[in-house]
Amino acid sequence: MTPEEYKYTPEHEWICPESKNKGKVGLADYAQSQLGDVVFLDLPAPATQVEQGKKMGEVESVKAVSDIFAPVSGQVLEINQTVIDEPALVNKDPYGAGWLVRLELSKPSELDALMDSDKYDEFVAELSENESEQAGG
Amino acid sequence: MSHHYLLPEISQPGKIGCSLPALDVPPTELPPKELLRQELELPEVSEVELVRYFTALSKLNYGVDTGFYPLGSCTMKYNPKWHEDIAKLPGFASIHPLQPEESVQGAMQLMFELQEYLAEITGMNATSLLPIAGAHGEFTGLLMVKAYHQDRGDRARKKILLTDSSHGTNPASAVMCGFEIGTVASDSEGNVDMKSLESAMNEEVAALTLTMPTALGLFDPQILEISRLVHERGGLFGADGANLNALLGRVKFGELGYDYVQLNLHKTFSTPHGGGGPGSGPVCVKEHLADFLPSPLVTKNNGRYNFVSPAKSIGRIANFCGNFGVMCKAYAYIRSLGAPGLKEVSENAVLNANYLKEKLKSYYYLPYDRICMHEVVFSGRRQKARGVRTVDIAKRLLDYGLHPPTVYFPLVVDEALMIEPTETESKQTLDAFVDAMKEIDRDVEENPEILHTAPHNTPIRRLDDVRAARNPDLRWHMRS
Repeated sequence: MTPEEYKYTPEHEWICPESKNKGKVGLADYAQSQLGDVVFLDLPAPATQVEQGKKMGEVESVKAVSDIFAPVSGQVLEINQTVIDEPALVNKDPYGAGWLVRLELSKPSELDALMDSDKYDEFVAELSENESEQAGG
Repeated sequence: MSHHYLLPEISQPGKIGCSLPALDVPPTELPPKELLRQELELPEVSEVELVRYFTALSKLNYGVDTGFYPLGSCTMKYNPKWHEDIAKLPGFASIHPLQPEESVQGAMQLMFELQEYLAEITGMNATSLLPIAGAHGEFTGLLMVKAYHQDRGDRARKKILLTDSSHGTNPASAVMCGFEIGTVASDSEGNVDMKSLESAMNEEVAALTLTMPTALGLFDPQILEISRLVHERGGLFGADGANLNALLGRVKFGELGYDYVQLNLHKTFSTPHGGGGPGSGPVCVKEHLADFLPSPLVTKNNGRYNFVSPAKSIGRIANFCGNFGVMCKAYAYIRSLGAPGLKEVSENAVLNANYLKEKLKSYYYLPYDRICMHEVVFSGRRQKARGVRTVDIAKRLLDYGLHPPTVYFPLVVDEALMIEPTETESKQTLDAFVDAMKEIDRDVEENPEILHTAPHNTPIRRLDDVRAARNPDLRWHMRS
């Protein structure tokens, strides 16, 4: 699947649905560009139960530490050991080698509440617009 | 020789830095050999080499005495040298905390009066001088919050509310104290979002910690409404007093409805800091929290000063009486300026920040375009859109011999540049900073490479932040 077929959260996580109610989760390009160079990842151990919209881990960049939220509820099947060892992959290849965890979805219908790629692009465009000159007071 | 060398690198066997006098006491046996360390190889250098080494290092130092240091939220003001003379007076510097009280009455008078001055300045009723750092003061305040609710039999209050522009120490102190964190959003003006506070403020909330002015350098005009809401729902209202420099002598935390405030003597009251202290983070409280203050406090009875422990004290939180030397300097500062002088401090601190705001706002994006307090927060997003990030701007300022402002904080401002000039800088210095910032903005168009590769004029060039975070090399290795 390509990022165009992923689903997105307003917190800039993506999930790539796979067969048998499984899915890979990662951070969107906008998130990594805001974070700057990622230096550490704290991901939930395999078998951990996560809940949609609840914190499931942390990402630390040279600028700040931010929470990672679960895009859907389910159980962690595996974590990407490569990205733990080389967090820069989140910056270099956020939709590919920089994936974070694979989940087994307990409520697949939750996917419907997420944004598709077009909607997410609009969402990011709006955010960037809000950041332009007229934002704030 | 470059200043990068370390003493072991110029060590040679037999170089001797000093001549010891002949032994005039009976020699003693060394401890058994197995208890002696073998690997401790101290460098052998001559006296002049040692002096040159440390002189070279001292010349690399940068501080308020060297140049402009607009590090937002840190209040890097000039520290008058006269304060050092006061702290060095033998009656202050040569005493021991275990001396009998009657032999240190002068030092205790200073502590007592400083407690009183700080209570007066903040509009509170009692002060503990014990905390030895700002975050330690926050932690102490939260321990009192916990004790206060428990004393009333209210054990449901497990949460501390913070705003999304909070200082990083605010959540850290609360978590260290065993609380959970709830976050209140800021609105588009940079004030507390009242709807967000309204929904977050429930019977589980022990206190709201709110820096005033906020970390955006803005005074929240809803402050009385905020304190009323928090109190109506049974919570306490605490201030992180890091930004007191904006209010000194003009606005009292007590009158804004706060129940307690933590101060930073090393910021607002002009005692040297940076590089780890020493700090002093007194806590001032209203009457209803006074019984919970840490022990000891100084009281005065019939002209005599005594150490006492408040009735329901949270106990000891620091060795002896805290950082007494810092208290001496803060006391000297308050006494030398007096009430009119302290008012002038906040007036000029706010004026200087607004001067920079007006001079720079056509070059750097100002997310909250309103009168600021003692610091102003810009966003580097105009520069970012042209390929230069805030970190490049900060590094380039080093080439001008200026300390960069705080960057990437507060987190609610994209590419933040948080500038706090303080009251002790002249217009000339502020103008030089403005000129540097304008030139950097011009280089974003004309010479971006010089920004991407900055700094150029410092002993060490751009550091690799990622490598420093992932593989910190903290051990010295002999160069081959």
